[in-house]
Amino acid sequence: MSTPIRWFTFAAPSRFYWLVGKLNPWLWAIALALTAAGLYIGFFVAPTDATQGDAYRIIFIHVPAAWMSMVLYLAMAFWAAMGWMFNARMASLLARALAPTGAMFTFLALWTGAFWGKPTWGTWWVWDARLTSELILLFLYLGFIALQSAIDDVVRGDKAGAVLAIVGAVNVPIIYFSVRWWNTLHQGASISATAAPTMAHTMLLAMLLMTFAFWAYAFAVVFTRAQALALERERDTDWVRALPASR
Amino acid sequence: MIWANWSDFFAMGGYALYVWGAYAVCLALMLAEPLLARRQRRQALLAAHQPSMEDRQP
Repeated sequence: MSTPIRWFTFAAPSRFYWLVGKLNPWLWAIALALTAAGLYIGFFVAPTDATQGDAYRIIFIHVPAAWMSMVLYLAMAFWAAMGWMFNARMASLLARALAPTGAMFTFLALWTGAFWGKPTWGTWWVWDARLTSELILLFLYLGFIALQSAIDDVVRGDKAGAVLAIVGAVNVPIIYFSVRWWNTLHQGASISATAAPTMAHTMLLAMLLMTFAFWAYAFAVVFTRAQALALERERDTDWVRALPASR
Repeated sequence: MIWANWSDFFAMGGYALYVWGAYAVCLALMLAEPLLARRQRRQALLAAHQPSMEDRQP
């Protein structure tokens, strides 16, 4: 343990590209294995819910997608802020790579929520605090993507996106605490740091496995997109030209 | 075992539309997104290997 890993070297696009190439097959393998285990337990081991019947099984994708939508937004705002403060281009690039995946998970949280709300609440959609703030999150992601793609100058686009991402981060705690602050149709948190989980442990296990599967998926796909963005920006450098043409 | 047979499984206790409607869209998007990201990477790599304007002989 005499030579510590010098993490900052991975801030160079060429090293980052190389590292991701090594990591991604493992991330995909982990995502697939966890998904298989999570869905098996979720559909073949976890019992039917006493009040919601089998409709509750949407939870195994709904809650992980909703968590990812918030976590990825905070990660995006963090890297955008880092890129802005320290003029670190790989940080800003990572923020750009995170946005589409975050938007996809936000859409999935809303979609699966609608398909859960219809049988349990009797409606696809209500304008309550939790649902509305999650919809605003989707618009923040789409606004971030649209703003950056509208500005041709990369550095200016990074800065404008950072301002939007940082201001919008206020929305994330609003989403999280909305079920406590306002009266809402949405049920409270199934899991919290202060109380025992209010669900059967097989249900909880399936949900956690799917959450880690979504994490691995998000890392892998964001890294792939970051590789693409790095190649686009660095196309006239020696390390990009030295890469094999087919991949 | 929770389900008596496969048709029981697919029926999802009468909630088939909702459960499978949620899962189908989730699966479709999570298959499409990595494929799109890989295509973006492949095209960036191809573009990088194309001779740029300055390299071309007049």
